[in-house]
Amino acid sequence: MTKVKSLDDLRKMRDAVKSKLDLREKGDKAEKVVQIKVSMATCGIASGAKEIMTYFIEELEHRSIEGVVTQTGCMGYCYAEPTIEVTLPGEDPVVFGFVDTKKASEIIEKYIKKGELVDGIIPASYETIDKEKTK
Amino acid sequence: MAKFKNHILVCAGTGCRASQSELIVENLNRAIEDNNLGDEVQVVRTGCFGFCEKGPVVKMMPDNTFYVQVTPADASELVTEHIVKGRKVNRLLYVDPDSHKVISDSKEMGFYKKQIRIALRNCGFINPENVDEYIARDGYAALGKALTEMTPEQVIKEIIDSGLRGRGGGGFPTGLKWDITRKVKADQKYVVCNADEGDPGAFMDRSILEGDPHSVIEAMAINGYCTGASKGLVYIRAEYPLAIERLKIAIKQAREYGLLGENIFGSDFCFDIELRYGAGAFVCGEETSLIHSMEGLRGEPNVKPPFPSESGYKGKPTNVNNVETYANIPVILLNGSKWFSAIGTEKSKGTKVFALAGKVNNVGLIEVPMGTTLREVIFDIGGGIKDGKKFKAVQTGGPSGGCLTEKHLDIPIDYDSLLACGSMMGSGGMIVMDEDDCMVAMAKFYLEFTVEESCGKCTPCRIGNKRLHEILEKITQGKGTKEDLTLLRNLSYVIKDTSLCGLGQTSPNPVLSTMENFADEYEAHVVDGKCPAGQCKALMQYVIDPEACVGCTLCSRVCPVDAISGEKKMAHIINPAICIKCGACMEKCKFNAISIQ
Ligand SMILES: Cc1cc2nc3c(=O)[nH]c(=O)nc-3n(C[C@H](O)[C@H](O)[C@H](O)COP(=O)(O)O)c2cc1C
Ligand code: SF4
Repeated sequence: MTKVKSLDDLRKMRDAVKSKLDLREKGDKAEKVVQIKVSMATCGIASGAKEIMTYFIEELEHRSIEGVVTQTGCMGYCYAEPTIEVTLPGEDPVVFGFVDTKKASEIIEKYIKKGELVDGIIPASYETIDKEKTK
Repeated sequence: MAKFKNHILVCAGTGCRASQSELIVENLNRAIEDNNLGDEVQVVRTGCFGFCEKGPVVKMMPDNTFYVQVTPADASELVTEHIVKGRKVNRLLYVDPDSHKVISDSKEMGFYKKQIRIALRNCGFINPENVDEYIARDGYAALGKALTEMTPEQVIKEIIDSGLRGRGGGGFPTGLKWDITRKVKADQKYVVCNADEGDPGAFMDRSILEGDPHSVIEAMAINGYCTGASKGLVYIRAEYPLAIERLKIAIKQAREYGLLGENIFGSDFCFDIELRYGAGAFVCGEETSLIHSMEGLRGEPNVKPPFPSESGYKGKPTNVNNVETYANIPVILLNGSKWFSAIGTEKSKGTKVFALAGKVNNVGLIEVPMGTTLREVIFDIGGGIKDGKKFKAVQTGGPSGGCLTEKHLDIPIDYDSLLACGSMMGSGGMIVMDEDDCMVAMAKFYLEFTVEESCGKCTPCRIGNKRLHEILEKITQGKGTKEDLTLLRNLSYVIKDTSLCGLGQTSPNPVLSTMENFADEYEAHVVDGKCPAGQCKALMQYVIDPEACVGCTLCSRVCPVDAISGEKKMAHIINPAICIKCGACMEKCKFNAISIQ
C-alpha cells in the first residue's frame, strides 16, 4: 500500500485517482460508459436502494450495457427515495426519484439506451461548492 | 439512437400538481400531436423544482428556458411559439423581483437554487467507502496544507476569521474553542467528535457520516494538530450502524494511506481515531455527560466550568465539536476564511444543514446559507404544506427549541434571530406543523421526551418536567383551569433558572413558546373545553345532525359501547358520557350525518 508522505504525494495521488476515475467513467475505449450512482444512506436503504443497486448491476449486464454502478451518500431528496443519479456520456447528470425495479427498467430502456427522459426526474435544487476553484 | 430533439419538463411536485400541472401535461401532449411533433418532443414530469411560489413551472430542454406560473391554457402557445417557431413566450418568463429583468435561462437563476452544499459537499457525489474518491475531490489536501505549510496558530486564525460557530446547538465560535484547548498545557489532549444526535427527527450528522466520513476524520486530525492532541474519539450512537460501518472503513483506509497514524505527511504529527458507542440517551449529547459516558461512568452532566477544553476526557483538555462543525473545516482551509465568511449573515457565517420534516411536501436534508428565511425553506425548498393545508408553526431546536409561526416566516435564519424569537438554531431539526396540529399536544409531546430523557441528577428537571407534563396532560384531557396556565408558566421559569445542564435549562421552551404564540389555543382548552385543531380526543364530541340522520340504525349497531340510541327512522343521539370516540359510527354513516365538534 502506498503511503502518503508529503503534500506532493497527495497531489500526485489525487491526479492519479482522478484520471483513474475518469478512465472508469470513460472506459478505455473511445466510447464512454454510463455512470449510475445510487443514494445509499439509511433513508435510501430503508426504502429499497440496495435492491435497486443490485438490479442495475444485474440488468446492465443482462442487457449488455457498459456502465458503472456505485453507491453514494444522501442526496437530500428523502421524500423521493430511492433516488439515483444517471450520467450519460457527455451529458449533465440527471437524478430520478421513487425508483423501483419497474422504474429502473424504464430508465434503462428509455433513458440509458435511447436518451429519452422519463417521468420522475428530480431537478437539482442545490449548488455544491466548486472544488476546482481551490487549486 | 432515436433521440427526442426537445424535452419539456413539467413540475409534478405536489405544489404544482395542485395547480393543475397534470392538465398542462395533457394539453402539451395534445398540442404536440396537433403539430405532428410526436417524434421530436417529449413531455416529462419531474419532481419539485423548489420554486413553488411561482408554480406551475415548465422548463424547456435543451435550451434551459424556464417558464413560471404556466396555466393549462398556455400549453399550445408554448408548443407553437417556443418549439415550432423558436420564439420565447415572454409573458411567462420569470422577472427578477430586484432587478426587474426578465430571466429566461434557468442557469442564471442563482436565486432559484436556494441551497448551497458546503458541509454536504460530497454527500451524494462520492462513494463514501472509497477514500480515492474523497482524495479526487481534494480530500486530505487541507490536512496536508495545515501540516506542511501552516503553524497551528495560523490554522486557528483562519478558523476564527471564517466566523464558523458550533453546529451542535450552542453556536460557540469554533476557532476560539480550538484556541482555548491549544493554550491549556497538558501531556495528553483529546479531540472528540459529538455524533450523538439525540434531537428527535434529526439526521444531519448521520447523513454526513454516511455520505462523507473522511471529511470529519480529516478535520479531527487538523484539530489534533492545532490543539496538540494525538488521539481522537468519535462518540456515536449505536443506533447508527451504517454510519459506524462507514466510519470504520474510512478510518482503516486513512490508516493504510498514512493519513492517520505516525508522522502524517512526513511531519512529526501523529494522530489516530477510535470510536466510542453511545446507548442513545439524549443527555449524552451534552458534552460533559458525553465525556462521562466515554469514561464508562453514568451519563450525567457536571457543572461548567471547568469546560472540556480545560478538563475533559480523563481530566485532560478535550476539544468537543459537532459532526457538521468538523465537516466545514477542510473547505475553510482550502478556500480561505474570506470565502467562507462571505456566506451568511453578519454574526452567523456559512450554511446550516437542516432535516426538514413534518407536514411539508419535500421532506429531506437541506443545506442553506445562514440568513435564508423560514418561508424560503418551507415554501420553496420544502414545497409547501402537505395536502394544501394551512401552515401553522415550525419547531426548530427540537425539545430545547420553540415554535415559530406565520409572523416569523420572514426572519432570516441565524443563531441570534432565532434566539430573539424564543426558539433556537439547535442542531438542525425542523418540524413543520399544519392547522390540524394542536400546540398544547405538541408541547406535551416534547415534554414526554424530556421526562424520559432527564438524567435525574437535579431536582427541578427530574421532578419539575414531570409536573409540567402532568399539567399539559390535564389540559389536553379538558380538565385544565386558568390557574394551571399560570402554574405552567411559573414552573417553566423555575426549571429554566435552576437546572444544572442545558437539557433542563431548555426543556420548558416548547411550553413557553407555544403559550406565547398560541395563548388563545391554551385558553380554548381550559375555558371553552375545546381543542381548535381537533387533535385532543378528550375534547372532541361526535355529534349526529338530526336533519341529516334518516334513522337507518347502522351507527347504533356498530358502536362498540352502545352509546347511540334512537328509534328506527328517527334521528339518533350519541351519549357523550358513554362515547369512547372511536369514530366507528362516523365511518359507517352513509348520510354524512355524524361530525366531530
Ligand atoms: C441536552 C443536550 C443535548 C445535546 N446534544 C447534542 C448532540 O446530539 N450533538 C451535538 O453535537 N451537540 C449536542 N449538544 C451540544 C454539546 O453539549 C456541545 O455544545 C457541542 O457538541 C459542541 O460542539 P460545537 O461547538 O461544534 O457545536 C447537546 C447539548 C445539550 C445540553
Ligand atoms: S438538568 Fe436534567 S438532564 Fe441536566 S443534569 Fe439536571 S436532571 Fe440531568
